[in-house]
Amino acid sequence: MRDHPRLRVLALIAAFALILGIAACGDDEGDGGGGDTSASLIEENPDNNGIAITVGSKNFDEQFVLGEIYAQGLEAAGYDVSKDLNLGDESIAFKALGDGEIDAYPEYTSTILTSIFEIPPEDVPADAQQAFDESQGEFEQLGLVAYPPTPFSSANAVGLLTDTADELGVSTISDLEGKSQDLVLAGSPECRQRIDCLLGLEQNYGLEFKEFTPVDIGLRYEVLDNGDADLSILFTTDPQLFTDPDTYTVLEDDKGVLPAGNVLFVARQETVDEAGDDFGTTVESVQENLTLEVMQELNARVTEDKEKPEDVAHDYLVEFGYVE
Amino acid sequence: MPLAFLDSFSGAFDFIFSQRESFGGGTQVGGLGQVGELMLEHLKVSGIALAVSLALALPLGLLLGHRGTGELFAIAAGNAGRAIPELALIALLVAFVGTGTLNVAVALAVLGIPPILTNTFVGVHQVDREAVEAARGMGMSERQIAVRVELPLAAPTIMTGVRTAAINIIATATIAPLAGVLTLGDFILARNVYGDEGVLAGAILVALLALTVELTLAAVQWALTPRGVRLQRTQVSA
Repeated sequence: MRDHPRLRVLALIAAFALILGIAACGDDEGDGGGGDTSASLIEENPDNNGIAITVGSKNFDEQFVLGEIYAQGLEAAGYDVSKDLNLGDESIAFKALGDGEIDAYPEYTSTILTSIFEIPPEDVPADAQQAFDESQGEFEQLGLVAYPPTPFSSANAVGLLTDTADELGVSTISDLEGKSQDLVLAGSPECRQRIDCLLGLEQNYGLEFKEFTPVDIGLRYEVLDNGDADLSILFTTDPQLFTDPDTYTVLEDDKGVLPAGNVLFVARQETVDEAGDDFGTTVESVQENLTLEVMQELNARVTEDKEKPEDVAHDYLVEFGYVE
Repeated sequence: MPLAFLDSFSGAFDFIFSQRESFGGGTQVGGLGQVGELMLEHLKVSGIALAVSLALALPLGLLLGHRGTGELFAIAAGNAGRAIPELALIALLVAFVGTGTLNVAVALAVLGIPPILTNTFVGVHQVDREAVEAARGMGMSERQIAVRVELPLAAPTIMTGVRTAAINIIATATIAPLAGVLTLGDFILARNVYGDEGVLAGAILVALLALTVELTLAAVQWALTPRGVRLQRTQVSA
């Protein structure tokens, strides 16, 4: 597949299509269902008017949606909310939080513990609640408050085409034993040397792959679709898993190497003190219905249907009765 | 603050010369071994890309320049080429064609073609018409005129285009790890493996590589410049 003149011609055509600015993009996808459960309307408290809160987020779709949900929820409670979404990666977002540029942002447990608190990934508890409980001291030291984890968790996952999975007869990562040496795994460049990624699969599962292909994170499904890789590192909240559940299979992480990343809404202690009780109550209430399925659907609407995160978040709040 | 800056620089050099534990732990990264490995791949993919650009742009530029036609095309291609977002191009290529050295090289070649094409066209087009007429008068065929008269006289201008192409390609090859090719860009892209010092080390290495190649090509340019042209230039500047 590597050395094909036809591919080069195709590549050139693709390149020139780009020069000409042909960016054909069309996909239409119906919206999924959803249930309306607990109705807990957020009451506007006039006391909160004039308390300024800046909600931040990192730079990808799921974070935009989460940032919007918290921001709009707090706004409904009467706070004077401004948004600073799209801050980049965790180091930038966390610095913005420390400097007071933002007052709060949603962050994944595993990311905080490994990247910020520098806890070795193998020591991060697989259970989000436990991880949350154990890290209270660290937050306090930094002058931060973390709210309890969301119901959904976003974790790295080893995924593959269902056809391939059936062919190989695998359903857990352990099943790959004895087969992985013939399989190509794709993941982000950093995955290669991370213990919660390729390194963990090699060291804790004892797997050896034929090849590891580094790719841009945005291409994690393309490499499976076009056969560049047999396995790819996916995220459990990926919209593709919601819209195409039969096409892709996620292998069960039976040894718990890929830590779960439930989201914690992290805020500055000062902000929390100033904002009063409604702040925490609203944050905890508004995330209550964010199950894996709901999060996948919200992500799908942004990533696949190109809806605005703002609108998607609003629909979520309406659907579950937080706002009218 | 300036001291902190120096600190991270020495950290970056330390990263280049000796191995260390990765940022997330669990493996050794950095050091001359890995640097060499990634640099070799960086040079390889850039070299193939430059060769592809040369093979396509040089004959085309020579042909158009010799005939004096297609100026609009040669110049427009050059300008359009500068506007291509390479990241998008690589993403597109991976999605439709696949990953790997050759595919990335082709994507990078798209960056190299425009400066070579434009400079070849301009260089050949600007060759002294009297020299061309003289060659024609001596009974040289059009092909001979193009290859033996116009090409050597245009060599300095063409080489300037090749240098630009090489720099473009080497600088952009930093994003190749997003398409399955591990170049020096890996140090820059995987910050949470290599840490800030690794990122800085990557930037320094790419800059050094680009400079080295630039100087080497400048020497080649000098060597390729016909003695007459070189003399002429010395006289003009003197």
